[in-house]
Amino acid sequence: MVFFFQLLVNGISIGFLYGLAAMGFVMIFKSSSVLNFAHGELLAFGAFIFLTLVTWAHLPIIAAFVVALAGSFVFGFVIERLFLRPLIGEPLIYVIMLTVGIAAIFKGAMLLLWGGNLYIYPDFLPLAIGIKWGVVNIAPVYVVSTTVGLVFLVLFGLFFKFSSQGIYMRSVADNQQAALSLGVHVRRVFALSWAIAAMVAAMSGIVLGIINGINVHDLSSIGLKVFPVVILGGLDSIGGAIIGGLIIGLLETFTGGYISPSLRDVVPYMVLVGILLVRPYGLFGLVEIERV
Amino acid sequence: MSDNILLQLNNISVVYSDVIQVLKGVSLSVPKGQIVSILGSNGAGKTTTLKAVSGLLKTENGSVTDGSIQFNGMNIENLPPESITRLGIFQVLEGRQPFKYLTIEENLRVGTATRWGKPYKKDIERIYNYFPALVQRRKTLAGYCSGGELQMLVMGRALMAHPALLLLDEPSLGLAPLVVIEIFKIIKRINEDQGTTIMLVEQNANMALQIAHYGYVMENGKVVMEGTAPELKDNPDIKEFYLGVGATGNVRSYRDVKSYKRRKRWL
Repeated sequence: MVFFFQLLVNGISIGFLYGLAAMGFVMIFKSSSVLNFAHGELLAFGAFIFLTLVTWAHLPIIAAFVVALAGSFVFGFVIERLFLRPLIGEPLIYVIMLTVGIAAIFKGAMLLLWGGNLYIYPDFLPLAIGIKWGVVNIAPVYVVSTTVGLVFLVLFGLFFKFSSQGIYMRSVADNQQAALSLGVHVRRVFALSWAIAAMVAAMSGIVLGIINGINVHDLSSIGLKVFPVVILGGLDSIGGAIIGGLIIGLLETFTGGYISPSLRDVVPYMVLVGILLVRPYGLFGLVEIERV
Repeated sequence: MSDNILLQLNNISVVYSDVIQVLKGVSLSVPKGQIVSILGSNGAGKTTTLKAVSGLLKTENGSVTDGSIQFNGMNIENLPPESITRLGIFQVLEGRQPFKYLTIEENLRVGTATRWGKPYKKDIERIYNYFPALVQRRKTLAGYCSGGELQMLVMGRALMAHPALLLLDEPSLGLAPLVVIEIFKIIKRINEDQGTTIMLVEQNANMALQIAHYGYVMENGKVVMEGTAPELKDNPDIKEFYLGVGATGNVRSYRDVKSYKRRKRWL
């Protein structure tokens, strides 16, 4: 029973991180219909920036975290400006192939800069924030990742629901022509969604790095794991991305715990196939409002 | 032309995808503070004319290849829609095009895009004042509203932006006659209260000529007739082809076989 709860807690906190990573992916897809194959590389990039700031520049943890997120935000902006903007109006398949190319370039660059070794952050989380609740013991890392996940979730929820920029972003996803006719700066919305996606990806990369250690290959392969998550939740649903993330996170940890650790990376894709057969639009994909 | 002219189209040609010519030398002018109506059958080029002004041609791979469009004396042909909307020109698209997954109020807020950061609460109240039907639907997703409510919504959404020139594309499309009358009353009120200049594209010539000051008739990508609204209403050809009554004032019958030949002279 203790083992079960332990797995449950770990699954939930990893699930939140997958969900956040997927959320950035969904944002890009919703606003510009682009599937971003470089998402895993954005995760890894954030984690390595944080690592460098902590171990090499010796910034305090909080400062390093904020700087890494801000840096990733700017980085997302730059990617959109340099690579994506010239392709606006071209067939989508070119844009998607472009993200595959970006992924290869970034991965190569990161391997050059940091090598393929496994790095571990210095232990900076105070043990006191771990929760001991009866027999269940929640490690500080999981407390932090769940908290950060929840905070970001709520912040983005509020941003999309109430802020003007958030509403403009949703309007572009909804009907681009109408948004243009009202003067919404569609290119700026694309840039903003890349920036936010990169920032959120960096955040999940950093926290996943704290849990599993950081390594270019491991972190960028999470970009692939985003696919079962978003297909499960529905490609166009941000809330669905989080729930999809939780389901995949739980499945992974339970498979790893009860069946076999070597199966844990396979199960998400088995679920993916199953879901696609039964509900091709995902669990929370938009039900098309047909009446006009 | 006098200083009163807000928008002036000089002999413009529009070509889609570099090959399909839709407008073949259209000239028209819209005086400040007036309602100018463009009438014509399907495919005459009315919507294309509006899109040439609003810049939305670009998204459909069309461009103005000849002639000029002047707004307040400034050339605006082929500018991107982001710049044109910032000059105060807003198009209300044909077929309503709401943001289906946003609530009514969120839809209205998108209209503040060109005035980002400025207070908008008063504007929303103003819109609810024009369209009281929207108030009780404010928290409803637009996708679940009726056609009449949506037409009010998209017009209100554009009014949120304080337009200097409002381009309305077939506001009566697919609406019940009573709703059409209400919509047109509101268009007239907007023009009178706010002094908003309006360019109105319509199939419903009868309604359009009741509120417009001036009208143009387009066929096959050209302007074939123009005049003040009363002039057009009294013109025998307009009566017959657009208002559905025979030249003598009776309802048209199949006996008037010559009407087809007379219409052909126009095209």
